[in-house]
Amino acid sequence: MKLIWRLFPHPFLTLLLTLTWLLMVNRWSLNSLVFGFMLGVIIPFVTQPYWPNRPNLRRPLKIAEYILVVLMDIIQANIIVARIVLFKPNADRRPNWITIPLELKTPEAITALAGTITMTPGTLSADVSDEGHALLVHCLDAPNPDAVRDEIKQRYERRLMEIFE
Amino acid sequence: MENLFELLVAAFLVIAGIFGIVGSFGLIKLNDPMSRLHAPTKATTLGVGGVLLASMLHAAAFEEHFSYHELMITLFLFLTAPITANFIAKVHIHRQETRETMPEAGGDDHWATHDTPEDEERRHAAHNPPAEE
Repeated sequence: MKLIWRLFPHPFLTLLLTLTWLLMVNRWSLNSLVFGFMLGVIIPFVTQPYWPNRPNLRRPLKIAEYILVVLMDIIQANIIVARIVLFKPNADRRPNWITIPLELKTPEAITALAGTITMTPGTLSADVSDEGHALLVHCLDAPNPDAVRDEIKQRYERRLMEIFE
Repeated sequence: MENLFELLVAAFLVIAGIFGIVGSFGLIKLNDPMSRLHAPTKATTLGVGGVLLASMLHAAAFEEHFSYHELMITLFLFLTAPITANFIAKVHIHRQETRETMPEAGGDDHWATHDTPEDEERRHAAHNPPAEE
């Protein structure tokens, strides 16, 4: 058992690399599956000194739900922001900084949250506080900053908590 | 059937084009640096997303094979775009803002971009208290 952990320090990374290789090749064949798997074994093995801790995915299946939610939000928010850009005069816009207190602790989870915030247009994560307990987010148009903060915490952080912690 | 697919591909391309142009227009129209940063993140999401959907649909409908490269492009884009935006935001915070002009950093002292080596030492000392406890 210990030997298996030594050989596969990051099983999810192995899986992801194999899948990535298959998608890059773009045509299904056993050859590319085997080669992808070889890469998936060698790369995590060689790079393991750089990430000693294994990110702990508690519920990997929740990731699919999370991705769907984020995709829907991206489409919706794109339309809202396009409307702001096209029709709202700059004087009426209320750009705002908001601070999001973080309940997430693991760096991977915080990175995922920051990336999500940036990809859903209208909000942009700019910085993290010196001890990692808060995230600085810039809003394109936020008349009510508290509502934006609560929505991010409700929609994304809660789901990431379930996945990672 | 063929017509329907052609129509769909064209529709995705048009949607992508519209969002691309709105993103670029936003770069001119928005009037402060942080707001401007919002515009390019838009062009990458729906703008590029639309082109990729059209491309996948085209491959599936007219070239008789599925194409997965588009999924990879989406993945890499979603990995790199937030990092670029974050770096530009950090440059802005460095050059245009000071600790006083920034909002409160939650329960912490300040934002990481304004961190100095002295802060780091202080923090290190606070987290590793001397043996007297």
